[in-house]
Amino acid sequence: MNALSQTSTIVKYSQVKKSYGDLEVIKGIDLSIAPGEKVALIGPSGSGKTTLGRMLMTLEEPTGGTIQVDGQLLWHEEKNGRFVRAGEKHLHRMRERIGMVFQHFNLFPHMNVLDNVASAPRKVLKLHKREAKERAEAMLAKVGLADKIDVYPSQLSGGQKQRVAIARALVMNPKVMVFDEVTSALDPELVGEVLEVIKDIARQGDMAMMLITHEMDFARDVADRVVFGADGRIVEEGPPKEIFENPKSDRLQSFLGRFR
Amino acid sequence: MWDWDYAWSILPELAASFGTAFSAMAWGFAMACMGGLILVAAGRSRLAVLRLPARGLVQFIRNTPLLVQLFFLYYSLPMAIGIAPSAFVTGVVGLGLHYSTYMSEVYRAGIEGVPKGQWEAAKALNYNGRQTWFTIILPQALPPMIPVMGNYLIVIFKDTPILSAITLVETLLTAKNLTSVSFRFFEPYTLVGVLFLIICVIFSFLLRRIEVRFNRHHLGSKQGASRSFGRRKHERTQPNVDNREVFPG
Amino acid sequence: MNAPWMEFVPLLWEGLKVTAEVAFLAAIAALALSGASGLCRVSKYRTVQWAAKTYTELFRGIPLLVLLIWVYFALPFAGLELPKLAAAVLAIGLNYGAFGSEIVRSSIEAVPAGQREAGIALNFTPAQRMLYLILPQALPRMLPPFGNLLIELVKATSLIYFITLSDLTYQAMILRNNFLPWTPHIFGLLLILYFLLSVVITVVVKWLERRLTEGRV
Repeated sequence: MNALSQTSTIVKYSQVKKSYGDLEVIKGIDLSIAPGEKVALIGPSGSGKTTLGRMLMTLEEPTGGTIQVDGQLLWHEEKNGRFVRAGEKHLHRMRERIGMVFQHFNLFPHMNVLDNVASAPRKVLKLHKREAKERAEAMLAKVGLADKIDVYPSQLSGGQKQRVAIARALVMNPKVMVFDEVTSALDPELVGEVLEVIKDIARQGDMAMMLITHEMDFARDVADRVVFGADGRIVEEGPPKEIFENPKSDRLQSFLGRFR
Repeated sequence: MWDWDYAWSILPELAASFGTAFSAMAWGFAMACMGGLILVAAGRSRLAVLRLPARGLVQFIRNTPLLVQLFFLYYSLPMAIGIAPSAFVTGVVGLGLHYSTYMSEVYRAGIEGVPKGQWEAAKALNYNGRQTWFTIILPQALPPMIPVMGNYLIVIFKDTPILSAITLVETLLTAKNLTSVSFRFFEPYTLVGVLFLIICVIFSFLLRRIEVRFNRHHLGSKQGASRSFGRRKHERTQPNVDNREVFPG
Repeated sequence: MNAPWMEFVPLLWEGLKVTAEVAFLAAIAALALSGASGLCRVSKYRTVQWAAKTYTELFRGIPLLVLLIWVYFALPFAGLELPKLAAAVLAIGLNYGAFGSEIVRSSIEAVPAGQREAGIALNFTPAQRMLYLILPQALPRMLPPFGNLLIELVKATSLIYFITLSDLTYQAMILRNNFLPWTPHIFGLLLILYFLLSVVITVVVKWLERRLTEGRV
């Protein structure tokens, strides 16, 4: 194998850019995440945090640079000695390592809670029906929803919905998971239960996490490293203690000032 | 198989025959617009003696074929009431009656598309009934109706060939008469199809431009109304089946 | 004097069977065409999209009656002679398939983008996303407009009278010849029969709708 696979990074963004028409939202970002590392992405709205996560989940294609996942290029594949734009097959293989939890849950309204979690193991991992069910049940128990398996998403609270969505992503056993502002759509009193679940996962798991969030206390508690971005660039990064207690750049200082 | 000389020779006559189709369309559309108004007014009435028959009539006419309605009007009415209007008048009345039921639904959806808060705001400002309708409700309800009504104009136009069944010499019957002289079927009927297609495409193009304009000027009110309005003839409004009810949250 | 209602029954019954047969076959043809062209409309390939779009624009712009007459009377001169039933099913199927195509397309597009994204995040293949995630949500949305389309289709079968298929309308015209003084009664009865057909369809579609969305509240 090539040298890439021996490095201790699970995700590596290199000079990644993204524009929509004339509007450049990501202006050349370098960022690495180690296996099992919990990285929080903070920054003002419109700074491109979500786009960064969506590019990792293959929901949006970068317009420049490369992303490597587990030592392999995500958006490119080698064909006849040249790297070309990745086809669906390559993306499918790469996505085995990546998971995502969305701001708006995106639960499947036509499936009950159990099927929401069990459908991908069955259809994608091709597990036997019973095994998929057992795994899904175990995962739902983990997020504290063992008693809701027969219920449809419309009957759940926002916090419960998001916990189902977390179980749904976890059951696929990804190596890196994107949490895209998972509490932003929740009523304030429901934020806590979701953050508790994520903290729990962070404590026990060797899964890398990319936490795009506006919850500063949460970022401080969970993250190994905090990355502050603004205007499509990374402005400052470091351990939570450094970032929150000793911010160096003016941008970060004024940003954090708004949370005090 | 295809004889260009023959096709060219009959083209003028076929094209001219669209005059009848257009005037049947125009009169039928005008009647449908007015009939729809009466039906929606009666259908929203507080008096059950008005409301129930109006709603029943709408359902009955909507759910039965135009062709049979035309036969009924053309062949039965003279026997029942003793007057025999011409094929053209019968055709226009048939089209008008049939599509007045569709039009009443357009009006109803337009009115119901105006948020309830608008009525309440009018009440809070102490507007009377007339002021409420003319300064609050209709200015919001009408713009989204325009494209849908335009669409029915096209639908009515495409139904004019059915009037040939009651001996109105419109385009299709003109073509048929040509075939009985020349015994050539391919050119006349193909031309009729192509001409209808061209006219409909032009109509829809113009309609889309109007739609874009109304969308631009009425973004606010369009949002709510477009949900019940995006439907065309074949997707009639069913207020009780809204996507939001099927998929909450 | 009372109308000889009982004398109307045998012919109308025969006509009803033809109407039902044509409506059934045409509905299947229309449904197949709607599904195929509707899916093509949301394809990622431009050419496929364009082909489906051309189909819908073409057949929505030609009046069904003109199409029917063309298929039955003109097409034989191009070398394709179809029996009456086939001509009727083809014309009605093509016409209503074009309208149904729009229903399929708009219902698929009405499924929120987040559903597709969740499917990608869970690594479903494009075909699996369509089959397990998008279509199950699009189908209940399609049902009410398809129910209406079906009613319109049944109404439209009356046009096969023009190619002398012996449907309800055709039989009523025969009856009228035999019982001229009862013309209003015959056509009145005919209208009621068509109305009842539409009531049956409405009831069935409502029932299907309830079945499809059961449990989801």
